[in-house]
Amino acid sequence: MEYSEKVMEHFARPHNVGKIEDADGVGEVGNAKCGDIMKMYIKVDDGIITDVKFNTYGCASAIATSSMATDMIKGKPVSEALKLTNKAVVEALDGLPAVKIHCSVLAEEAIKAAVKDYYDKNGIEYDKELFKEDSCHYEHHHDA
Amino acid sequence: MKVYADNAATTKLSEKALAAMMPYLTETFGNASSLYDIGQQAHHGVQFARQTVAEVIGADTNEVYFTSGGSEADNWAIKGVAEVMAKKGKKHLITSAFEHHAVLHTMQKLEKDGFEVTYLPVYENGIVKVEDVKNAIREDTALVTIMYANNEIGTIQPIAEIGKVCHEKGVIFHTDAVQAVGHLPINVKEQNIDMLSMSGHKFHGPKGIGALYMRKGIRIPNLIEGGAQEAGKRAGTEAVYAMVGMATALKDANDNLESNMKKMSALRDRLIDGLLKIDSSRLNGDRNCRLPGNVNISFEGVEGESLLLYLDLQGVSASSGSACTSGSLDPSHVLLAIGLPHEVAHGSLRLSLCEANTEEEIDYIIECVPPIIERLRSMSPLWERIQKERGNA
Repeated sequence: MEYSEKVMEHFARPHNVGKIEDADGVGEVGNAKCGDIMKMYIKVDDGIITDVKFNTYGCASAIATSSMATDMIKGKPVSEALKLTNKAVVEALDGLPAVKIHCSVLAEEAIKAAVKDYYDKNGIEYDKELFKEDSCHYEHHHDA
Repeated sequence: MKVYADNAATTKLSEKALAAMMPYLTETFGNASSLYDIGQQAHHGVQFARQTVAEVIGADTNEVYFTSGGSEADNWAIKGVAEVMAKKGKKHLITSAFEHHAVLHTMQKLEKDGFEVTYLPVYENGIVKVEDVKNAIREDTALVTIMYANNEIGTIQPIAEIGKVCHEKGVIFHTDAVQAVGHLPINVKEQNIDMLSMSGHKFHGPKGIGALYMRKGIRIPNLIEGGAQEAGKRAGTEAVYAMVGMATALKDANDNLESNMKKMSALRDRLIDGLLKIDSSRLNGDRNCRLPGNVNISFEGVEGESLLLYLDLQGVSASSGSACTSGSLDPSHVLLAIGLPHEVAHGSLRLSLCEANTEEEIDYIIECVPPIIERLRSMSPLWERIQKERGNA
């Protein structure tokens, strides 16, 4: 198992670490038993994600994917952030070892959870299909 | 500063071992089975190696069989005894819950083949109870195999007492002593050990070589057919350089055993004391009954792989029992076996020392770890939750 330089860069000096006290949306996914939890905070202004921060408990790839994923949605419209796939995050990191792919799935789910929270809090109508019940975290491990 | 603190994974080849190996990789290249001079010289190398290994563990020379390493020795011993005993209707095996995978996976394979396996508990201190072994032995028990010292948490098992119980009941006793040989005093006769596995690279010998000690009178099927090597039990031209390297390293380790143990224990205790000053940390495994070089500590709210990679960025090589380092869903089976919750097991750090480590290196580790823990906790939603539950936030 080997990490790309990009992963190590984002792990050694992760971007957007922290919390947003008056966040418009907060999403938390993962669980302690599995060894990774991601919590994302977003600030939304006029449909644009003006700020995003994360707190992550997890391995190097969990921290690196959190860093990269938050970079990728910062300054983007909420609708676009929802389209961010784990595949895009993995590609931006120049790949992840196969056993670590679930970490990128977690990042995608954390963003979706934060956006859903923002929609719910603001009474914004949305397509429920976009937020289907989280696929089981354990399954990602087995898929990986 | 560069600090290698993963000696339970592997050790650096000693200069003495390398020097002893070199002739067999160069001019003394003969096949140890050949009758002319250069072959006989190689044969002498094999004899020296076998005799040296036997002497160090208190065995007879013809009771030592070289293998490719510890895993092969474990596999051969367990499967071999199982096969022989099954013919006598004995299909029950006893082991512990926290063995190395070379033993555990072999047991799982045998379960599929129709054997019944008892996995003894190791309790919070990581030590098997002799009484449990005694109670687990049945009429149809073929073998008891309990590791000498655990590879992750370093706890040393009551080997002589377990061996005694086995002999009273007429059951063969094997021990995976990969972590113990060269680090603890061992005498197979005095400690009632029938079979013992070891690995050269755990005590500054080369990789790719190990040995199985098998008491005279125990017969198991040959591992490899095709020649007279290893008394016909494991055919194949001898890797004389590896055997000589392992034996030289083992002799050196044994000659300096007491002073090495004293030095390493002092370094270990300094490191344990230094790291336990960190809030919400715990030592895994019995504090006193452990290998002189083993430190295993869990830090709550922190994930082990991140911890060890941040340590690597500072030049410290260590290991962890988190799921992310094992490449599987669960954290270390050893840490779960001593009753750690998953989330605490994920935050474990193993530092394993050797006699070449220095106080300066220990102090450097003690200096490096706390800021990393603080950094990881400051971004950990799990730590935030733990703090809230404790009313600290």
